[in-house]
Amino acid sequence: MTPPDPDLWRLFLGLGLVLLIASGTGAVLTRLYSPDGGNAVVENLTARVRAWWVMVALMAVAMVAGKAGITILFALCSFAALREFITLTDTRRADHWAVAAAFFVVMPVQFWLVWIDWIGLYSVFVPVYAFLFLPIISALHGDTDRFLIRIAELQWALMVCVFCLSHVPALLSLLIPGYEGRNVLLIAFLVIVVQTSDVMQYVWGKLLGRTRIAPQLSPSKTWEGFAGGAATATLVGAGLWWITPFTPLQAAGMALAIVLMGFFGGLVMSAIKRDRGVKDWGATIPGHGGLIDRLDSVLFSAPVFFHVTRFYWSLT
Amino acid sequence: MVGPEGGGTAAAAGTAGNVASSFGQIGTGALAGFVAQAIRLFARAVTAVRAIWAGSEPELRQRVYFANHTSNGDFVLIWTVLPDRLRAMTRPVAASDYWLKTTLRAFIGREVFNAVLIDRNPETRTEDPVEQMVRALDDGSSLILFPEGRRNMDEAPLLPFKSGLYHLARTRPRVDLVPVWIANLNRVMPKGEVVPVPLICTVTFGAALHIDPGEAKEAFLARASAALLALAPNGRPA
Repeated sequence: MTPPDPDLWRLFLGLGLVLLIASGTGAVLTRLYSPDGGNAVVENLTARVRAWWVMVALMAVAMVAGKAGITILFALCSFAALREFITLTDTRRADHWAVAAAFFVVMPVQFWLVWIDWIGLYSVFVPVYAFLFLPIISALHGDTDRFLIRIAELQWALMVCVFCLSHVPALLSLLIPGYEGRNVLLIAFLVIVVQTSDVMQYVWGKLLGRTRIAPQLSPSKTWEGFAGGAATATLVGAGLWWITPFTPLQAAGMALAIVLMGFFGGLVMSAIKRDRGVKDWGATIPGHGGLIDRLDSVLFSAPVFFHVTRFYWSLT
Repeated sequence: MVGPEGGGTAAAAGTAGNVASSFGQIGTGALAGFVAQAIRLFARAVTAVRAIWAGSEPELRQRVYFANHTSNGDFVLIWTVLPDRLRAMTRPVAASDYWLKTTLRAFIGREVFNAVLIDRNPETRTEDPVEQMVRALDDGSSLILFPEGRRNMDEAPLLPFKSGLYHLARTRPRVDLVPVWIANLNRVMPKGEVVPVPLICTVTFGAALHIDPGEAKEAFLARASAALLALAPNGRPA
């Protein structure tokens, strides 16, 4: 194991400072507006900040542990996301073995392929092989009631929770000249930009939000929040150019692409929640809801970030 | 709790004598406690089960929790999500034909879950199930009861209730009857499958109900059944 990049320490030191400020602000707000825990917004804010400490700590441990840590962390996230997603689908008894295969074969194999850098296979494993074989398993059980819906739901769950998410650890396998051994910082860049965008859209939305973007999908998403969050996250991304192989301008462009994909990812995943009649994907993370509620924008931005970086910068 | 001798276990089968006495040496209670902990951990790992208190609170009150029944693991989930002190006073009502079949089951049923074991067959039984349940209530225990009487394998979300819940309510009308909806466990492990899939289960506790003085059996059972069904999440029973 190579020692962690010094930039990684600087990064987590910076994140620690940001969280300290957030916790401090939370403490002040609690004293001012919710001394007896009566203000739901303030209580939710402090719960969210507390959960952020845990998430940042987990990321730090995984990143210091290197490739193994990152791959295992995102495999676990994938498992938790898949379980939240499939819980909300309408699979039937006939799908039991297909669902079991999704959890115990497809998910582990996909992350194992990422681990051994077999890009030719992990790029097609879920979209081709899971796509073909899981419906075969369901078909063999003979129940045709809502068959197309059932197999489509399972495939969608795997694409978004396993295939898309596996592109985060896959960033480690890119071979970028002059950037050797620092790939883990690409993951940090992606995650920080996405989460800054989410958090700042929430903050700008609370401060200035008026015009709703899609009231049927998400009552809290406003154009003001989106513009403020996207601009802030793009600036933060540009400011992080020193941890990437990009120039500041390129880093801003990459950040903007990540932010846009993340935003639309959030919209799509909200539409699925409304369709299923739930407010949150689950209750895994206190204050945030389910894991997918926190990851939805990462799921959509990771593959695009991976491919753009690979196409323009990587030798592999 | 059951005494330290594990007498019931020994009686269950011939070979059980040795097992039970060695259990006795290290303390049946300790072993039962360890197994209980292991079962709860396993249930949480597989189902990430979560309690939703929607209408009642986890208070130290004597209650009859009545739930929908789709899987053998149903009462394990309720028992897992109850806070420690509530769990310690809560006994599942279970079928003796299932739980006395093997030594292991008898140990788990009696020592770990402290179940009230009733004989479902009116021909062979020596004790009235309702009397057994009333006795457990009079000892101060809460109960977990599945009023459908058997596992629901149909497409219908609930089978018609058996009359046990009514007789219990009539005999001890002051005890809280709390409806409990268990969601998804039948998808985790459908009947006949051996590999569980790790879907998320929820256990929703509704508002307590009581029988009205003049309420007829059918009316009461229909009301209890409706109260339970109303807890199914998002109108998506099962």
